[in-house]
Amino acid sequence: MDIQLTNINKHFGSVHANRDISMTLKSGQIVGILGENGAGKSTLMKILSGYQPADSGHIAIDGTPLKFGSPLKALEAGIGMLQQDPLDVASFTVLEDFIYGQPPARRTSGKAATALLRAQAERFGFHLPPDAPVASLSIGQRQQLEIVRLLALGVKALILDEPTTGISAEQKDILFGALRELATRDGMIVLLVSHKLEDVIALCDEVIVLRGGRLVGDRQMPATTHELVTLMFGQQLTTHERPKVALGEPDLKLDNVTLRTRRMHVDHFTLHPRRGEVIGFAGLDGSGQELILRACAGLEHPLSGTVSVRGKPMNGGRYRDFLAEGIVFCAAGRVEEGLIAGMTLTEHIALIGQGATIDWQASQARADAQIKHYNVRGTPQSEIQQLSGGNQQRFLMALLPDQPTVLVLEQPTRGLDVDSARYIWEQLLLRREQGASILFTSPDLDEVVQYSDRIVVCFAGRTTEIADASQVTIDELGRLIGGAF
Amino acid sequence: MKQHPALRVLYVIIPVLVSLAVTSALVIAVGESPFEVFEKLWEGAFRNTESVAGVVNFWIPLALACMGLIITFTAGLWNIGMEGQIMMGALFASWAARTIQLPPELLVPIELIIAALGGAFWGFVVGVLKTRFGVHEIFGGVGLNALVSVYAIYLISGPWRQPEGGNAQSTEPFPANALLNPMSDVFPVSLIALLITVAAILVVIWILRGTRWGLNLKATGKNPRSALLLGVPTTRSTLSAFMACGLLAGLAGAYRVLFTYDSLRPNVSGGIGFLALLVVLLVGIRPLWAPIIAFVFAAILAGSTRLRVSLQLDSSLAGVLQGTLVLVVLLFNGLRQRLTEARPASAAPAAHTSSTVSAPTSGSEGAAS
Repeated sequence: MDIQLTNINKHFGSVHANRDISMTLKSGQIVGILGENGAGKSTLMKILSGYQPADSGHIAIDGTPLKFGSPLKALEAGIGMLQQDPLDVASFTVLEDFIYGQPPARRTSGKAATALLRAQAERFGFHLPPDAPVASLSIGQRQQLEIVRLLALGVKALILDEPTTGISAEQKDILFGALRELATRDGMIVLLVSHKLEDVIALCDEVIVLRGGRLVGDRQMPATTHELVTLMFGQQLTTHERPKVALGEPDLKLDNVTLRTRRMHVDHFTLHPRRGEVIGFAGLDGSGQELILRACAGLEHPLSGTVSVRGKPMNGGRYRDFLAEGIVFCAAGRVEEGLIAGMTLTEHIALIGQGATIDWQASQARADAQIKHYNVRGTPQSEIQQLSGGNQQRFLMALLPDQPTVLVLEQPTRGLDVDSARYIWEQLLLRREQGASILFTSPDLDEVVQYSDRIVVCFAGRTTEIADASQVTIDELGRLIGGAF
Repeated sequence: MKQHPALRVLYVIIPVLVSLAVTSALVIAVGESPFEVFEKLWEGAFRNTESVAGVVNFWIPLALACMGLIITFTAGLWNIGMEGQIMMGALFASWAARTIQLPPELLVPIELIIAALGGAFWGFVVGVLKTRFGVHEIFGGVGLNALVSVYAIYLISGPWRQPEGGNAQSTEPFPANALLNPMSDVFPVSLIALLITVAAILVVIWILRGTRWGLNLKATGKNPRSALLLGVPTTRSTLSAFMACGLLAGLAGAYRVLFTYDSLRPNVSGGIGFLALLVVLLVGIRPLWAPIIAFVFAAILAGSTRLRVSLQLDSSLAGVLQGTLVLVVLLFNGLRQRLTEARPASAAPAAHTSSTVSAPTSGSEGAAS
């Protein structure tokens, strides 16, 4: 089976998520799809597996065109996708889930299904007791169940979205073994969507790299981590002159902080951002930097260690307590977390004000002034979702307190054009000159190197600090981001 | 997304006409004349001052409940527990009326305060269940509704039972000095309750238009995660919204036991909480409209009692009319949204303006400012 994608395009509003992507996938290949967050790999896979239609372009299977836009059609054509969160039914048993996933016409009796399930599980070394409730399975086992279910559907091309997040090393070995067997013995096409370079290097025959919605690289393996990182992030780092700012004492201190979520843990992390210092966090998406930033603002609570502001312990404090100390958090998703769709600019201004009653006239005047000052295209009566991304971000700047202590920013220039991004940084650096520390993440290494005094590189929850950002090379960053310490 | 004023009026009038047509069809189907039905409804509500007083007596608790729900809807909460909060107010008022012995000018205010506290307490429980234990307010509300209604039945048939030979459907009538008084024989409405209701309407409108608390509620309702990052105490907003709503519900409950009836009964709220939900669904979060629509609903409800007398039609026809009205209006809101969203260009990237058909919190016409 061959799958041919020709000139796939997909827009989300003003974002061009896939640009003219063409590729051919051949039977028996394991192909890694690499790219940073927002590179367009999920979009492409959703198009291929029928979860969303492309705006233009064609998909052909062995020369037969595939209609877009329905997972059922894709499944009938033999393309199945294993979602990051497996599509199973928690209240079913393994067997029930397995049977339920088959089309009604093909649903077999319990006995036949049990036999099939056992046979498949045995073949790949999966641990899938038919009577166990799905809710009791680990993520790794749920993936195994999904794979077995998709195989029983007659899938000949299997897409896996970040399958190694949240599973044990042992389960990963079993999974990779199964995928190799499927490719070499059954001649299946396996597509591995990942930003974990080690997985791609360990498993894939070929790697396709997306950046900014374009296909920027296609190479046969083996390749080194460095080569892959270069493909993912582009070739050159440009160096820039930065105005020197005298660094002061640290206000916020993280000491020996340990953070845990189901999928990630960061152990014994210590960081003392000094006044006027900019610290950039580099690392592939989901390497722990998001967790650390949230812990800086009380949005994530450390399991152990201390978070303190000016010597005052803040463990377990709420975001409002941090805000009162001048620690401000801005999330990557502006309209999801940060601004309130359905409220006007004036209402936003009023919301961050003081006093038990609201002086609408004063709020409107203030909104007007901020709109002019921050060059926002909109009126005080505009609702925030009517503004473009760049204008929303400018307005978010207008909502920051005048004298923040620490600015904690998730991807502060996400989705912005060059001019808007530069403007945002001018504003941020202004605050820094007034003595604020800035912590930020960015998928753009150029941005990290350009604006940071110090860089923290995260990989799978581990961190490495680069004390002088101006001396860093792409090689060094690439190595660290890829997990070679 | 400015709409032509005539178009906006049309969007209000058409659903009303459609629901009248649907109800008429139902009436015709059972072989009666719809005109006669609507005439009797009107007659039932407005034939003289006493019948108008009947409407007002429905309107007072309904309007109180509506204003409470406006608060919780603004905060993005589905306070299905309204009915229970009304019941709780009725229970607390009954307890005060049975227990405390004071002259009426002291006793009545105390009863009302106690009832308001009772309702607020029951609202608080819903809020705590939601914010601390992650129980969705709909489920919490339904559970608490059942709890208080069963407890009321227990009280009526148990500790507060009437002496031998008495009615098993209610407690003993409260002493006269514990009851609210009608202002006159031709217009039997409690003046103090009327004043409280008008005050509640004005205060709620002012809260939502001009206070930080009101704005915090709105922000929490539209996007709690963003509101939190903008410094809004979201948990406190949620809890206080439930308590404020419960407070008004408690007053509504007190009115039912201390004026509409003179004792505690199992179905003392008469479904006013649910009716208020319908009203608020209808008006969205436009607080000014709530008491007006509540009055229309109260009139239909009071008028429908006349149907049985003169046409031998059951008064539940009123419920059909109200239900159809709400359904059709929601349908039209949905349609209108489809139409406006279908127009491209001005729309932002993703359709994040997640105003669903049914959630009144996202009614897009400017409620504030």
